[in-house]
Amino acid sequence: MSNKKLLILFFHPRFEDSRVNAKLIEGVQQLNGVTFRDMYELYPDFNINIKAEQALLLEHDMIIWHHPFYWYNCPPLMKQWLDLVLEYGWAYGSNGKMLAGKWVMNVITSGGNFNVYQPEGKNKFTHRQFLNSFEQTANLCQMVYLPPFIVPGANRLLDKDIEEYMIQYAQIVHFLMNESIDVEKLSTVEHFNQINAAQWEHQFYKTP
Amino acid sequence: MGASVLQNAMIFLGAALIFVPIAKKLGIGSVLGYIIAGIVIGPFVFGFIGNEGEDIMHAAEFGVVMMLFLIGLELNPESFWRMRRRILGMGGLQMLLTALLFFGLFYYLQSYAFNTAIALALTFAMSSTAIVLQTLKEKNLDKTHAGKSSFAVLLFQDIAVIPILAIIPLLADVPKNQLNSRSGILGMIDQYPTITILVAVLIIVFLGKYVFSPFLHWIAKVHMRELFTASALFLVIGVSWLMQLAGISAALGAFLAGVLMANSAFRHELESNLEPFKGILLGLFFTAVGSTINFGLIVHQPLQIIQTVLLFMLIKSVVLFVVAALFKHELQQKIMFTLLLSQVGEFAFILLGSIGTLNMINKPELDLYMAVITISMIVSPILLFLDEKWFSGVWYKKRKGNVEYQADIQGHNDIIIAGFGHFGSTLGRFLRANGIEATILDNNSDQVLLLRKMGFKVFYGDVTRMDILEAAGAAKAKILVSALDVPDKNIELSELVAKHYPHLKLFFRAKNRVDAYELIDQGVENIYRESIHASVYMGVDILSELGFRKYTSLRKANEFIAHDNTALYKLAKHRHNSDSYVQSVKEEIAQQEKLLAEDKRFVEHKPDGAWDKSKIIAND
Repeated sequence: MSNKKLLILFFHPRFEDSRVNAKLIEGVQQLNGVTFRDMYELYPDFNINIKAEQALLLEHDMIIWHHPFYWYNCPPLMKQWLDLVLEYGWAYGSNGKMLAGKWVMNVITSGGNFNVYQPEGKNKFTHRQFLNSFEQTANLCQMVYLPPFIVPGANRLLDKDIEEYMIQYAQIVHFLMNESIDVEKLSTVEHFNQINAAQWEHQFYKTP
Repeated sequence: MGASVLQNAMIFLGAALIFVPIAKKLGIGSVLGYIIAGIVIGPFVFGFIGNEGEDIMHAAEFGVVMMLFLIGLELNPESFWRMRRRILGMGGLQMLLTALLFFGLFYYLQSYAFNTAIALALTFAMSSTAIVLQTLKEKNLDKTHAGKSSFAVLLFQDIAVIPILAIIPLLADVPKNQLNSRSGILGMIDQYPTITILVAVLIIVFLGKYVFSPFLHWIAKVHMRELFTASALFLVIGVSWLMQLAGISAALGAFLAGVLMANSAFRHELESNLEPFKGILLGLFFTAVGSTINFGLIVHQPLQIIQTVLLFMLIKSVVLFVVAALFKHELQQKIMFTLLLSQVGEFAFILLGSIGTLNMINKPELDLYMAVITISMIVSPILLFLDEKWFSGVWYKKRKGNVEYQADIQGHNDIIIAGFGHFGSTLGRFLRANGIEATILDNNSDQVLLLRKMGFKVFYGDVTRMDILEAAGAAKAKILVSALDVPDKNIELSELVAKHYPHLKLFFRAKNRVDAYELIDQGVENIYRESIHASVYMGVDILSELGFRKYTSLRKANEFIAHDNTALYKLAKHRHNSDSYVQSVKEEIAQQEKLLAEDKRFVEHKPDGAWDKSKIIAND
């Protein structure tokens, strides 16, 4: 279909107990053009191989940061990755343009449902607001920040719900690999959960 | 016979080269291999050599001298002090009881003269240091209780030879002037043996304390390896000559000199220089022992000889067993200790020779006892082999049933840990703390029993033996860990496993770089060097002490370890291909240089940009 390449960087400090993430990954791991990296398994000691990580980024067109949303944020290894790999003069700064034009998005599993991530809700802010720092990180590196895909209420999902999220995740990945996406239009969406497969076809493909 | 020196050397070495590897393969130990080689080339089988076997034996006795020097080197006063209970208690008791029983035999039953009976009794109380130490080392038993106790008893005996040798001439009821025909100052030496011995010992103590070290230092400065080897040999030969001049055992002088050098800086140099000589000479000695066995005598009066051998070994064994029991050894250790020391040793040859020249016993008796000593030296390794093969094995099988909390013998574990010393046991505990049980192989039977009680699944024995690996379930296991303390055993194990159990994933402990190189050559993938983490993390704390931030130091440490591992594999490939066991100092230095060059490259190519604001401030 396309020769776009996607890099999924998966950060989970306790993956062995996460049934939701296990299922989510099952759907995308083997897809054509996808490179899946289980980061806590690769760098249990936080000694990230900077050169290797940068080389991987260069090889791919899209990056997904896939992680649980602990304390409204990413796990520490992902922060370590951001700190070390996105070097000044490489990813940002006047000469740092190595990532310019690449697409990046967050895929998160969140304990709370959408209703608590509201100004009136318990968490006061929306997911998208909490994710601001990642969006700006992408901006600083001149990358395109795509709407996040959120699996809400992940602690209490039924098996059939998880199955649905898995399919949806795979569909999103599939969709993003397509050449003819109107990315500007797509960026206006708050998160992928708002749109369904049927809508993607019509609304977000570039019109010839 | 008129055989040339070269021809004799060829025959001896050739025989050893054929029979020792066979003996090792069969698992009966190299000592027996040498002795068999001697028998085969001796006058009673092929007759390649005739009576010169005895001369060669005298020459090769120098191997015993060197061995004692090396034992002495290992014994600094502290380790001696630590072993005092074993040495004095077990050694003294063994000597006393054995000598008493033998005295009873000789004096009351065989009605020798009182003095002769004493001399003979002390002679037969001796065991063979050469055989036992070689066996301990080969079978990896030096750390077991039986091994340590045997060493202590032998040490006591080796030391006791001094006074015994001094006493024997006094016991002989021979007029002094008949004894010798040496004239001048040597005649005087012979007249006052006790004073002579004292003086000789004092001279050696003096030399050892004030002369040897400066001398070696001076030689070392010349930086010629062969000169150092020569001086090491000179030292041992010189001391031996001095002692012989004084009419005392050369071996003891060497032992004393060794003890005096134990704390010197040259200890390891001396050891590595003399070790090969010692090995070859001891091998020669055992071969010569084999070749001098008087089969004529045995054929002539087989019953008497066999009876005497059995009786003597029985007497010794009873005493040894009792001593081991008094010092509360496990049954299996008691048996091993008994069998290890049940022979009559090489010092008995020397003592008996002295008794013979003093005419305390007649020639046929002398011949008989010489044959008895030799045969006992052959029998004891055989007994030990049989014990290892059958008795201990059977006993353990029986014992297994009684142990509580016993691991499931039928089921197998995925992991086998070979060697359960400090390294292996820490690993085993960690795995167990995470609910993973491993099958353990160890050759320390006390340790084995303890672990059994704690519910570990433990097999006793030499891990480089196929049957043990098979019994431990190597065919079904997934991972084999080698945590052995002896690098050579490690290599041996990796070869064996690669050949017979290629499916096993290997995790190997390596002592150091050099050790790791060899394992890399063997194709072992997971190698864990003992010191790398400890030393680098010590560096982290030192940096911190100097004011560096801990996290930065720790990051540097981890980078350094990764770099060092890369360098390890890189240098392993480009390493100068030396198959020799003796890696020369030059080569080692060359390796160090290459390593430092790698370090330099690492530092130059690895600027640390993590959380570094300096460039941002400079540019924006």
